[in-house]
Amino acid sequence: MSKDNSEKLVRAFSTALEIDATTVKDDLKYQSIPEWDSMSHMFLISEIEEAFDVEIDTDDVIDLSSVAKAKEILGKYDISF
Amino acid sequence: MLLKDKTAIITGASKGIGKAVATLFAQQGANLILISRDEAALHSLKSELDNGKNLISYYAADITDQDRLKEVFTDIRQTKLTIDILVNNAGVMEDAVLQMVTPALIDKIYQTNVFGLIDMSKRASKLMLRNRQGSIINLTSIIGTHGNLGQSIYGSSKSAVIGFTKSLSKELAGINIRVNAVAPGFIDTAMTRSMDPKFYDKNMASIGMGRMGQPEDVAKVILFLASDLSAYVTGQVIGVDGGMII
Repeated sequence: MSKDNSEKLVRAFSTALEIDATTVKDDLKYQSIPEWDSMSHMFLISEIEEAFDVEIDTDDVIDLSSVAKAKEILGKYDISF
Repeated sequence: MLLKDKTAIITGASKGIGKAVATLFAQQGANLILISRDEAALHSLKSELDNGKNLISYYAADITDQDRLKEVFTDIRQTKLTIDILVNNAGVMEDAVLQMVTPALIDKIYQTNVFGLIDMSKRASKLMLRNRQGSIINLTSIIGTHGNLGQSIYGSSKSAVIGFTKSLSKELAGINIRVNAVAPGFIDTAMTRSMDPKFYDKNMASIGMGRMGQPEDVAKVILFLASDLSAYVTGQVIGVDGGMII
């Protein structure tokens, strides 16, 4: 399950930011690459919501600043990694 | 049919302009998600419009209630419908000269006309993002574009809608989500019929075309903005006022 969720998250990042899946590591941070800007962040949220069937609160949208942070935030929505 | 296979969310859908929009959209083949505080009226409207061809659902909700909107959008998301159109029609009007304006009045008007509209736009555009397309139509007013005595709070709330529309249109243009506003003049609705008779007569005299607008007059312009007829139109405010001069 945890592995499935990790793969889903990598796919969401890869699709939303249009980057290779191998680039999606825990330490990948918001605005650390040109592909992860404020607009693509909205696509990312949308992809994550779709993938995990959750609605992410605005505070968490703002807080989601890295792949590691995404996992931490999704924990609040009962998604484990 | 201009809206075949499209799904539209309409706020303030149970009466007036919102009801006219729902009716016209249904005729044009749209699936409808109707929102209003008046559940009985929504139920009745659904029965009226349901022809077995379009999906029609409704939610009794006050757009100022963020918790309720969260529930509504969680439900909408789970339907897996593609959201193509949002008509931000819900609004309140209350007049007062400035020295009689209370914080409660400001709060009431801004909570619905501005904050609720922003919240709806935020939630609906998030669903539109998935398909990289959509159309948001915000209801402003001739009072928001031209102003009127006794309506500084209502007028400024409607001016805020214009500013919001113009900025959001730029933010979302790159992902093919269009954002426009419609500015009705004096339209025959329960809201305008509740006006002080003195203002009612004055307003009638100021309409170049010599008649009140009907909700259907506004709905037709909203249909244009919702459909692909306006595929290259965004960030615009279209007056529907029969040549009214304020």
